[in-house]
Amino acid sequence: MQLGFLVDLHLCMGCKGCEIACKVENEVPLSTWRLRVKYVDVGSFPETRRTFTPLRCNHCANAPCERICPVSALHYLENGIVNIDKERCIGCAGCVMACPYGAIYIDPQTQTADKCTYCAHRIASAMMPSCVVACPVEANIFGDISDPMSSISKYISSHQGNVQVRKPEKGTEPHHYYVGGGNVTLNPLASFRGEGHNLFNNLTHLPVGGHH
Amino acid sequence: MAHEIIAATNAIVTLDVALPGIVWGWIITMNMWAKSIGTGIIFLTFFLLKKYPIETGFIRFPAVVISIVTIHLFLFFTVIDLHQMFRFWHIFFYPHMTSAITVGAWMATGFVGLILGMAYFIYLKKDEAMYDKLLNYTVVLAIPVTLYTAGLMAQSTARELWQMPTESAQMILAALLAGSATMLLMGGNKFSDEIKKDLGIILGLSALAAFILYMAEIIFGPMKAEEVAAVLEYIKGGEYTIMFWMGQLLAFIVPMVLVCMSITKKSYYLLKVAAISALIGLWISKHVWLVIPQLLSMS
Repeated sequence: MQLGFLVDLHLCMGCKGCEIACKVENEVPLSTWRLRVKYVDVGSFPETRRTFTPLRCNHCANAPCERICPVSALHYLENGIVNIDKERCIGCAGCVMACPYGAIYIDPQTQTADKCTYCAHRIASAMMPSCVVACPVEANIFGDISDPMSSISKYISSHQGNVQVRKPEKGTEPHHYYVGGGNVTLNPLASFRGEGHNLFNNLTHLPVGGHH
Repeated sequence: MAHEIIAATNAIVTLDVALPGIVWGWIITMNMWAKSIGTGIIFLTFFLLKKYPIETGFIRFPAVVISIVTIHLFLFFTVIDLHQMFRFWHIFFYPHMTSAITVGAWMATGFVGLILGMAYFIYLKKDEAMYDKLLNYTVVLAIPVTLYTAGLMAQSTARELWQMPTESAQMILAALLAGSATMLLMGGNKFSDEIKKDLGIILGLSALAAFILYMAEIIFGPMKAEEVAAVLEYIKGGEYTIMFWMGQLLAFIVPMVLVCMSITKKSYYLLKVAAISALIGLWISKHVWLVIPQLLSMS
């Protein structure tokens, strides 16, 4: 068995339901993310559009994080998931340096590395990852890519000319695919990124209790 | 390539997590800097004892003490950089041998055992023959201990700037630079002019070779990978430009000039200034090279 993920970017509408479901399911602390949706605005007014790209661990077959981990805290499960043992992790951050997708972070509560595990605990109970369940448009397709009859395998074969992975030149052999992706969505260098430039950066919170 | 795409598409990231910031910072710089001295002094001790066994016999004890102190500084900074420092023992009980960190930890442990043995034989037993015998093994082990950090940087797939074999060459050159500089400061006026000249040549040539490597990476690196080009923007007019050139000046340019002046004028007091400059500059150079690839967003 080789579990994999596919996101159809044509379908994703950036609702961030997957982000929230992941946060709740995995109790991901504030300021950190196992999964997030990146917004990139393309074009000049009035010809503009917004793209949405869910980003998570790619569960690579040749995972640099697994190779660099000095204590095997990052390890493969039999189903191909790159899992993490937080009790064993020493917090050296080698995996943070090694992951070309920026998918690993140091959990501020446990002071250990953490990342998406494809909800390995749910898989073990024959449930789908929480982000898959939460997606209102079924943009997240999850399953066994070694089984030609699985929904993900069928989806890949029916979109063969339009399936991509992030940073294939790194040789990591990711098991996370995108349909409808492009340079702007998948290449971090192909879009301008101003530090702190965020849609909700200047959000003003109303005082608790309403107007005073 | 990416610049053209941005110009053509006007693509702007409007929502994502904040830039990750620096995860490996000055503590790791201290780690690399102290290790360069700790192994470099062993290389230079080996060289001097082989070439000038009579005149340099007195360096045996101070050299091994400096190595012990700096290698333990290196280990100290390695451990305090861990987010779970009290789990450091996991490296020995759950070792994952594909990791350069694990291999480095084991080799550094062996290295510490050997230098402690050298100190034991020279200080307590006054046994120079045994010291020299252990030194033969220590100098061999010092090579992989010096190089393992380059292996770690090479395994950091996300950071294109840290390439093999360039980093391994830089690590060895840093050890020779730091070792010769420390030896010049340690030996002082007890060394003959001939020995000082030899140490000065090692210092100057290490500085020259390291400087050439840095310049080559700056000029030719961007032609090979757009990530390297993007990272190097931080030292080509970006926020780390001054720090980078300060490092290059102090670590390599000033020592090269002072070594040349010392040798041509046969006046070796300038070598001490060159040594201090090299040690300070090495820290700065290492720090900039460590930090800048971490500023680039991976998403």
